[in-house]
Amino acid sequence: MREKQVPNEERAAAKSGEKGLVSPVRRTIGPEKLMIGAVVVWFSVLVLLPLGAMVRGVIETGFGESIRSLGSPIALHAFWLTLGITVAAVVLNTFFGVIIALVLARQRFLGKLLFNGILDLPFSLSPVVAGFMFIVLFGPHGWLGRWFEAGGIRIIFAVPGMVLATIFVTLPFVTREVVPILQETGTEQEDAARTLGANGWQTFWRITVPSIRWGLGYGVCLTTSRALGEFGAVLIVSGSVIGKTQTATSYIHQEFTDFHYAGAFAASLVLAVASFLMLMTMEIIKRRVTARME
Amino acid sequence: MTGRGAKNNDARGSATRYGGLRSPYVLRGIALGYVGLMVALPILALSVRAFGDGLGTLWESVRRPDALYSLELTVLMALAMVVVNVVMGTLTAWVLVRYRFPGQSLVNMLIDLPFAVPTVVTGLMLVILYGPQSSVGRFLTSRGVEVIYAKPGIVLALLFVSLPFVVRSVQPVLMGLDKEMEEAAATLGANRWVVFRKVIVPSILPAVLTGAALSFSRAIGEFGSVVIVAGNIPMRTQVASVFIYGEIESDNPQGALGVSVVLLAGSLLVLILLNLLQRIGRSRDA
Repeated sequence: MREKQVPNEERAAAKSGEKGLVSPVRRTIGPEKLMIGAVVVWFSVLVLLPLGAMVRGVIETGFGESIRSLGSPIALHAFWLTLGITVAAVVLNTFFGVIIALVLARQRFLGKLLFNGILDLPFSLSPVVAGFMFIVLFGPHGWLGRWFEAGGIRIIFAVPGMVLATIFVTLPFVTREVVPILQETGTEQEDAARTLGANGWQTFWRITVPSIRWGLGYGVCLTTSRALGEFGAVLIVSGSVIGKTQTATSYIHQEFTDFHYAGAFAASLVLAVASFLMLMTMEIIKRRVTARME
Repeated sequence: MTGRGAKNNDARGSATRYGGLRSPYVLRGIALGYVGLMVALPILALSVRAFGDGLGTLWESVRRPDALYSLELTVLMALAMVVVNVVMGTLTAWVLVRYRFPGQSLVNMLIDLPFAVPTVVTGLMLVILYGPQSSVGRFLTSRGVEVIYAKPGIVLALLFVSLPFVVRSVQPVLMGLDKEMEEAAATLGANRWVVFRKVIVPSILPAVLTGAALSFSRAIGEFGSVVIVAGNIPMRTQVASVFIYGEIESDNPQGALGVSVVLLAGSLLVLILLNLLQRIGRSRDA
């Protein structure tokens, strides 16, 4: 598509001298080619070659072997657990994330700056430290753990703790995608709807949700892909008990350390494909948004 | 917008009423409560636990040679990554914005892949490609270069996981850059290098620094990819997050407290720095 829009003279130049290299700025050979070459090589060494190596690894171990290891009860349990935790974290963080975004975009209050800062902490904090914090808080001697323990509810080394850790590491995604949209759209349409007699819910569902839906979708994709792949925080709080609190990522880690490469490769490929699909969805959302803006 | 009046107006303004809620305080309470419970309280619990026994005890846990070494290694590896990432990330953003080449849209799309790929998978991919079992790895070893289970592997893993930060923060700034400024400078007799140094660098600098800070904070906390790639030998290839993991696994959370507090403080510092950078960027826009 893009090729067709290139003017004839540029195409001629591209054919004669610099193949496929059409610079909108200057049409000289030399540093440009060098820079593009450097970036392509860099990108291949860092991203493409490792990806290719993994695919080759799966092919070499054989599909039969890969599928057999994926079908083992331990692997299946790990994947189902990861899926369950992801759904729980995505639902909760989407619900609360939208509320947090509304509060950040539409309200002003004392300590908002601090609140805004704390909200970003999960992005920059080590997942291992995050997991450790939840052990301290919900462990048998922790402030809240003591209380749950008395009620006979296990949080740490059990599924609830793993959900909490996943919620922590993915908490800001939805809010960070939705806030700029809310700020940009403003409140005029909502005010108009209300003036025309719509109640709060109607305004929210008919005006606010449609205007934030792409950002919301993007945030949900980010949350999902991070939750599916989370390792450090969940590993720390789970204790990684095989067949009980072992997630997909810690299954991969364990198969790898046990030299069961077939299982590790196959499970990795499944997760990599899932994250690639998420990326594609995000790309589609991005294109829709830019198309609409133009 | 004077103090109290504005606040009152905002708080009671119709724009904040949702779901038939009479008051914005309900929404605000939910938001503050959720973030408070999920983020602030765990941080507070860790800090109280760490500083509860006095600074002396905390210092003891940081002063252990293996703890100190892990912190030192973490910072060194992160800095090495940041240097490479700043150069290559800025170059990548430049090439993606200014030139056209075959495979460009593929590169542009796959730049975000490291954010989507689970860190364990990243580590595994690097071991498959550069590890002792692969032909690439054997070739490198025969030349005396150890990548996997050594420090270069750590830097490589950090580079992979933080690849998008610099590119994605510089790219939009370059797109918005006014080419007339460059052309004017060129017309006035500045050569390419001068244009680059005097026109382009100043305008993308805040974005480059933001990308650098983001990748640094990601790198000092990175666990999944490094734990697989590094070999994790104490005093040689064990980074801070792996040290913390080891202490917790061997049932010695006390030993993990010091290093955890240092990492937490590092993240907070980077957050503050990012906030400052954002303000600089915004005041420039205005």
